[in-house]
Amino acid sequence: MLTALLVSVGIISLIAVFLALLMVIADATIGNYGKVKISINNGAKELDVQGGQPLLKALNQEGVFIPSACGGRGSCGLCKVRVVQGGGAYLPTELPWISADEQKLNVRLSCQFKVKTDISIAVPEELFSVRQFSTTVESIKDLTHDIKEVRLKLDDPEIIEAKAGQFIQFQVPEYENSDEPVYRAYSMASSPSDNRHVELEIRLVPNGICTTYVHKFLKVGETVTVNGPYGDFYLRDSDRDVICIAGGSGMAPIKSILMDMAERNIQRKTMYFFGARSKRDLFLTEEMHDLETRLHDFTFIPALSEPKSEDNWTGETGMITDVVRKHVTNGANSEAYLCGSPGMIDACVQVLKELKVPEDRIFYDKF
Amino acid sequence: MSELLFPVAVFFASIFTSNILLTNYLGMCSFLAVSKELETSAGLGIAVTFVLALTTPLNWLVYRYLLVPFSLEYLRFIVFIIVIAAFVQLLEMAIERYSEGLYYSLGIFLPLITVNCAILGASLFMVIRNYTFVTSFFFGLGSGLGWLLAIVSMAGIRMRLKTAKIPYGLEGAGISLVIAGFMAMAFMGFSGMIAVS
Repeated sequence: MLTALLVSVGIISLIAVFLALLMVIADATIGNYGKVKISINNGAKELDVQGGQPLLKALNQEGVFIPSACGGRGSCGLCKVRVVQGGGAYLPTELPWISADEQKLNVRLSCQFKVKTDISIAVPEELFSVRQFSTTVESIKDLTHDIKEVRLKLDDPEIIEAKAGQFIQFQVPEYENSDEPVYRAYSMASSPSDNRHVELEIRLVPNGICTTYVHKFLKVGETVTVNGPYGDFYLRDSDRDVICIAGGSGMAPIKSILMDMAERNIQRKTMYFFGARSKRDLFLTEEMHDLETRLHDFTFIPALSEPKSEDNWTGETGMITDVVRKHVTNGANSEAYLCGSPGMIDACVQVLKELKVPEDRIFYDKF
Repeated sequence: MSELLFPVAVFFASIFTSNILLTNYLGMCSFLAVSKELETSAGLGIAVTFVLALTTPLNWLVYRYLLVPFSLEYLRFIVFIIVIAAFVQLLEMAIERYSEGLYYSLGIFLPLITVNCAILGASLFMVIRNYTFVTSFFFGLGSGLGWLLAIVSMAGIRMRLKTAKIPYGLEGAGISLVIAGFMAMAFMGFSGMIAVS
């Protein structure tokens, strides 16, 4: 009986070991593409990387950070890179994200596209200013029952040069709910002048890998890796009126923009609509009202869609779109900055267009 | 039937009369999922043929010289699966390296072959039917070609279906399954030709 058991275990192990050995050998021979060269922006930068890996990963290792919200699983479609020379046909996993126009330019999804030969790529210049930062958690504060404010102190490098409204990527290390490091994008809530810190407002999403990590595991004093800044969501230079609309943790980039405006003493008529369900979802209300005294011609208009009777709410109620419609009569001379859920943004863009805000002056950050 | 002719008979039988896909209904999921384009289905069919032709005799060797001597026949399911999985992995790496065109057309579908039940099925049939090494090879090759024939015919029909008017409720999987049924019946017409199990 025992021998039979040992023999069967032995045979299975033998087969497994043999096959594993075969795989290792194959990996080192046919799976080994050697070193390949990546030339960026006509040779502005040349990288030597190990071949056979996805472009996104290869670039990341060399300190060139391409924004990606899903961390390389091919599900967000953000990490597009133009491959000028080299590279083969499109993979079926790329095609859903690449439009016909982008195909003509040979835009690839860098997390799916594997570098096997020398290639030449083009990336936007500003991505070169993206850095990876090692930071320490300075404080974690509850803003509401499900939103936390995380304040990070930059250790290395010590200073970030960002525009108000841009976002960074937060690296979640391996932990219970994730067996590999993943990146998630969050807007910076801190003002650009506070360039030694990064403040994030993170709302708990049930089963969210990063939000669960931040809400349940992250402690003050721990080290966090972030990279950034990214994004074209920032205040445009003009003298038009400013309409800001946000919901939930969409507060973050708007807060950054408003604080920046106050610090630089920008004098434009500004309105900020903030939508929440009930009073327990409102936060930083005092800070925003305080800004009304510091920032020229600024009105903060919080609105509750489902105020509870115990809230004793006297402010605006109803859908944020209706509140916007009530306060803005003609948006022809306005710029709009929106941050919130896709549903809220789509509805607001619709209303703003009705209010004659030109479409190319509506800027938004969907999450 | 003479010893020499038997493998040849098995080869033709496994393509037509006992087509692994249409008479045993094995390998159905990739048959339905990948039969939308002629080119892709031909690629997958060739990959399946290649894997079948090699894993069936490979598993024969493993069975005959490793499992039978130690009376471990009952382990054949798990051992066959491991062998197939490793082999497909190797094949994928080789294709990725040496044939970019095929790799891009198959892309994410290649790993599907690992869990293609036609491949495990052929290895198990070969044991049940007591085939010799040579017969196993021809059986694997024939089964693969039969599978290729079936999926390519299916893809051809589905390409034409794109422009055909199909009742709303039958679109997609519905009409594909009906067609698979018709094809199975058609293949049964061959059954008088060769009788080999």
